[in-house]
Amino acid sequence: MATDQARSEASPPPLLSVRDIEKSFPGVRALSGVSFDVAQGEVHALLGENGAGKSTLIKIVSGVFPPDRGEVIVDGRPVNLERPDDARRAGIATIYQELLLFPELTVAENVYMGHAPRAGLGRLDWRAMREKTGELLASLEIHDLKADRVVGALSVGNRQRVEILRALSQDARILIMDEPTAALTEYDVTRLFDIVRKLKARGVAVIYISHRLDEIFAIADRVTVLRDGAHVATKRVADTDSAELVQLMVGRKIESLFPKITVPIGEPVLEIKDLERRPLTKKISLTVRAGEIVGLAGLVGSGRSELAQTIFGVTPAEAGEIRIAGKKVEIRSPAQARALGVAYVPEDRGTQGLVRPMTVLENFSLAALGKVAFGGFIDRAAERKLAADGVKRFSVKASSLEQVAGKLSGGNQQKIVLGKWLANQPKLLILDEPTRGIDVGAKAEIHRLMGELAAQGLAILMISSELPEVLGMSDRVLVMREGRIVAEFSRAEATQEAAGAAMMGSQEAEKAA
Amino acid sequence: MTAATLFRAEAEPRRLLGVLASQEALLAIAVIGLAIVVGLDNPRFLATRNLSDVLLGNAYIAVAAVGMSMVIISGNIDISVGSLIGVLATLSGTLAVDGAPTAVTWLAPLLVGIVVMGLQGVVIAYLRIPAIVVTLGMLSILKGGLISVTGGKWITDLPDSFHLADIELFGFVPMPVFLMIVATLLAAWWMRYSARGRAIYAVGGNGEAARLCGISQRRTVVMVFALHGFFAGIAALLYATQLRVIQSTVPPNLELTIITASVVGGVSILGGVGTVIGSTLAAVLIAEIASALVFINVSPYWIRAVQGVLILVTVIADILRRRRMAGA
Repeated sequence: MATDQARSEASPPPLLSVRDIEKSFPGVRALSGVSFDVAQGEVHALLGENGAGKSTLIKIVSGVFPPDRGEVIVDGRPVNLERPDDARRAGIATIYQELLLFPELTVAENVYMGHAPRAGLGRLDWRAMREKTGELLASLEIHDLKADRVVGALSVGNRQRVEILRALSQDARILIMDEPTAALTEYDVTRLFDIVRKLKARGVAVIYISHRLDEIFAIADRVTVLRDGAHVATKRVADTDSAELVQLMVGRKIESLFPKITVPIGEPVLEIKDLERRPLTKKISLTVRAGEIVGLAGLVGSGRSELAQTIFGVTPAEAGEIRIAGKKVEIRSPAQARALGVAYVPEDRGTQGLVRPMTVLENFSLAALGKVAFGGFIDRAAERKLAADGVKRFSVKASSLEQVAGKLSGGNQQKIVLGKWLANQPKLLILDEPTRGIDVGAKAEIHRLMGELAAQGLAILMISSELPEVLGMSDRVLVMREGRIVAEFSRAEATQEAAGAAMMGSQEAEKAA
Repeated sequence: MTAATLFRAEAEPRRLLGVLASQEALLAIAVIGLAIVVGLDNPRFLATRNLSDVLLGNAYIAVAAVGMSMVIISGNIDISVGSLIGVLATLSGTLAVDGAPTAVTWLAPLLVGIVVMGLQGVVIAYLRIPAIVVTLGMLSILKGGLISVTGGKWITDLPDSFHLADIELFGFVPMPVFLMIVATLLAAWWMRYSARGRAIYAVGGNGEAARLCGISQRRTVVMVFALHGFFAGIAALLYATQLRVIQSTVPPNLELTIITASVVGGVSILGGVGTVIGSTLAAVLIAEIASALVFINVSPYWIRAVQGVLILVTVIADILRRRRMAGA
């Protein structure tokens, strides 16, 4: 249905066509039947929240992993994209957010890495390499970049240009750009757009992924919106506006989630004032009260996790004030934060939360060793009771307390990380993406637990990139963008549209326009 | 997806003989099995004299492997320990010949061992320099320094009282074997039941998670290296006192034998996993194999190759196990 719609809207015959792509990862359905197409000389934007499936989709088109079902068609012929090299041969090049260049090598060497021109006896033809790189540079009217400069010394903007040259040197006809402007200065963005327009004029199809709506209106011809791994709509940019796009991106039903129960809100537990930690925490002030869940919304990179880590003492604040239960405190390390009754469940449980080779038992007691160890020795019975209580309270599915934690599913690992901190009986719980990457059932359970904890008087600061989760669970919603809190909504005021617009900064963009 | 599939029990079917599949049990079986097989071929192998020689001559390796295991479990490595043992043995022997009181000759290597290793721990933890580089530097300093200062001469005329290894407790338990067992059991118990022991596993298993739990990664690493130095000191004493003379050089490849014992004993080279009981059993197994080669008329030079095979097999098994865990 969505397929037909997308197809009928494309006037010229599509250069690249993606049909009914499905892809699942253990526990998560990343893409369910996504279709869209891109015409020659078209700039097609892909839009969606974090986790909407954009990255998975472009990884499939670039041959990083194959889809479970569906096909990719280039020039009317289905192509089999098993490996990145297959995509390259089909004329598809991808520029990832984290640029993949060799910093010690020159521009020319980077551009021709893997397909360098050869002279006799298989020698590299250095001259031809330099000359051809020069031609490419001239063709895009890039005059401030030389073929023999070392890439490591270049600015981010210039490095990105090297990646574009590299794609062109491989005769790419389809160029995928994943958030190309995320790390660029305004000047570099303008130059990037110039280059994109030149590519477009040459007939290159560009798939452009960005969160910035104003960019999409500036550069794209059409935009496809993904939500929860499904195709929502494909629109001509001329026929839509930012309000409609935000609505399409976030318009999700909240009914599947466990709503927060209303509990009496108590005294402030955490008060911060003008907290600073450059570059991503700028003059932040906020309050979280006992029994209250405060949701922190924002895009990835808006500074939410950085704020959490500053409060927790991982990256101590440079200026500003933190009060815990009304008392002014200084938090310079996680150990101090823990002693003050602050708990932090990190975003990335694999690298920050769980000690994978340790057992469930040992992981549970890790943050609370002080509670079960006497005179430096662990009371095994007390430890076992602590872990057994946690397993029961959080309904962790494990074969025994001795099971190695790394073997559990994502949801169960998350419950252990959460439970480990609660064993310490904190006053303030900071949750960073508490339900990312776990299945719906485990998610609902974590939401239920959060509600229970708030009812017991815990103050909770929750960071989440999923708006429905933020809106469903929070008593108050704060929105961060570029290191600042840009909006605050009460539970009643918070709508997906309002919060989404604040996250995207589209209000400001409209005001400025 | 239905709730039933979401909440499927994750209990693996309990592996039959699960306990027997542990590295420690496998090693114990190998130690006994090898003795039986070689004994059937050549009964002299099982003579009390031979078995006790094997144990007495190699107990110091097991003791050093206890410290090494802690270091590797904490996510580090130390390749200077062989040289350090050579230096400490020479130091202790020289003090003994110079007429220092026996207590001093015994305590000096322990203290110097703790200081030298502790300093390396400080450099590794606080300057954040990889352990392999720091200990490689120390290896050269100790090895070069020792040969330059002593010229590699033999230390002879050691007083009888110096010979710690000759003491037999209760009239029949030789000191090296006693120290090997006590060091292993005490360390095993401490690592299992103390909060600091647990911290070693946490730091090696996931340093970042440990830090967020308020465990100091730096202090843990310094502590581990200091303890390692203490065990190296005991090992040096056993090594120095087992013969009537001390050659003041570094025993060749000693650090590699010690690391082999740890790794074959089930200590994960990636950190976070292992026990000192395993490493002691592995040290005994390696010594037993070396002796067995002689009894079955195979050149003892093969022992290096055998060690190599053992180390590769255990490391590959460990990596495969980790991959499976990560994939789950």
